[in-house]
Amino acid sequence: MELRKDYFADVRKDGLNEIGQPRPRLDSPGHVTGKTAYFADRNFPGMLHLKMVRSPHHHARVRSIDTSEAEKHPGVVRVLTAKDVPHNVYTILILIQVGPEDETVLADGKVRWKGEAVVAVLAETERAAQEAAAKVKVDYEVLPAVFDMEEALKPGAPLVNEYHGQNYYLYDSGECRKVRFGDVEAGFAQADHILEQSYQSSPIEHAPTETTGCVVAPEGNDRFTCYTNTQAMFFTLDNASIILQMPGSKLHFVGGTVGGGFGGKVDVIVEPIAILGAKLTGRPVSFVYSREEEMQISSPRAAEKIVIKDGVMKDGRIVARKVTGYTDAGAYSRHSPYGAQKGAAHYPGPYTIPNVWIDTYCVYTNRTPSSAMRGFGVTISDFALEVQMDKLARLIGMDPLEFRFINAYRDGDMKAHRQPTEGAALIECMQEASRAANWPVAEKYMAMSSYRKGA
Amino acid sequence: MAKVPVQFTLNGSEKAEFIESGTTLLHALRDKIGDTSPKGGCHQGTCGACSVIIDGELRLSCLTLAETCNGADIKTTAGLAEGGVLHPLQRAFLDAFATQCGFCTPGMIMAAKVLLDRTPNPSRDDVVEALSGNICRCTGYEPIIQAVLVAARANSQNAA
Repeated sequence: MELRKDYFADVRKDGLNEIGQPRPRLDSPGHVTGKTAYFADRNFPGMLHLKMVRSPHHHARVRSIDTSEAEKHPGVVRVLTAKDVPHNVYTILILIQVGPEDETVLADGKVRWKGEAVVAVLAETERAAQEAAAKVKVDYEVLPAVFDMEEALKPGAPLVNEYHGQNYYLYDSGECRKVRFGDVEAGFAQADHILEQSYQSSPIEHAPTETTGCVVAPEGNDRFTCYTNTQAMFFTLDNASIILQMPGSKLHFVGGTVGGGFGGKVDVIVEPIAILGAKLTGRPVSFVYSREEEMQISSPRAAEKIVIKDGVMKDGRIVARKVTGYTDAGAYSRHSPYGAQKGAAHYPGPYTIPNVWIDTYCVYTNRTPSSAMRGFGVTISDFALEVQMDKLARLIGMDPLEFRFINAYRDGDMKAHRQPTEGAALIECMQEASRAANWPVAEKYMAMSSYRKGA
Repeated sequence: MAKVPVQFTLNGSEKAEFIESGTTLLHALRDKIGDTSPKGGCHQGTCGACSVIIDGELRLSCLTLAETCNGADIKTTAGLAEGGVLHPLQRAFLDAFATQCGFCTPGMIMAAKVLLDRTPNPSRDDVVEALSGNICRCTGYEPIIQAVLVAARANSQNAA
């Protein structure tokens, strides 16, 4: 790889000593010798296995739960329901004041998506736990469900999550996250062309090779060690502490080695209930998703719908952009209010547009709760934005790369959320891309720079 | 549940266990014997993370019953380094940045070893074919393929 050190030579303190230099990964020797310890490589004598009874319905009232047959099954040690969980309703981001608490650890009175955890069975073997889980009888009254974001936002739609009171997340800015900059209608009035397009995406599963799970060992003194493949150690520790109503000093989390996650292991789902099982039985507990559960139960990347309306001049300048974004959170918030908010900040793109109007909604439906995945909230946005950029370039008969040079933000430009651009290098990246892809652009674009002296 | 005696050689050492009939070799190795180098990714024979070598053949330990392994010679990644010296495949995976999360690595190395034992100078297509039963979700495969080709070259240089 050729390393270009001539860019910004006059403003750089220099160094760049690390880039382009190979460095061995510290964990690789363990990986190639099979010695790296993943959570499931811990095995404790007398370990119990936890299996979850899950909702077969997208939306239903739970009339009654009968665990008597399951409790009698050989090998079963304990069966847990909502009443066993000290603080049964939670939301992961309550730690950073994103509320309300809207998700139950074990279903309490209602299920809001197909696959929701209802009853936990702890048994001597995985097989016994599985067989006993099949004997739990749950009486459901099936309720109307909603799977489409626009349907969910219509008046009279089934209410997905009572903790919110409506089928969208209520931000402090109202029913959506908003960006207002300039006068978007004046921008459209001035534009030579207007292009409005809709984009939508489906949920995407991370499919890590190692499934989600944890192993919990009681350590005496009412203290518990939880070996976990969480990607969010302190979210998990603090949420477990709240759910279990136990001080964090009683909980010792061991993690760090994750067999693939891609964001799918930042939710706090397996640890609290496994620790509770260990606390109530006094024995080590293993709770590991089967491959089938991983594919069906773990939270995917959110489905999104994005409507972009752009006003563009014949010379290539975008003069107005109006975006409405919808993020399908599924039945519970998890990390989606944050994802939808990131979209609001992202829709202007790395472009300088003088008139911008953005609304992004975090919508609740009776689908699997979605959550973090590799740049969630901005990845699908970028797909939509860049497809839109190509369409705009085609509309005015301009080369799509040259069109981006015209609109690229440069140091000192004011962004739509009123943060001045600093340290931009988009022009230089596109110049290199032009060379690397053998996609030549006019000389004037190759003479441009992101850096403006005095900016 | 009926227990059955099983005896086999694991990485050169004799092992003798009583196991529940129906136990997979993967569970027997990980939970009874304590060799956790084979990983359980899917438990249904599709990801390859549990690959081991039984009597010279590449096998999925999650689909192999432990009780069928009586008298077998079993090799896992944990037994590959000799006297603390990494096998050329392990060295190549390390140097070629062919591990990320590492979960698929032991299975990949086993699959690659069976290939190199039979085809010391494989083509790129041979490597791709040999690793086709092993899923990796991080690397994008290219560094893994390169590592196997590098290890093959190192082997042939040693032989010359």
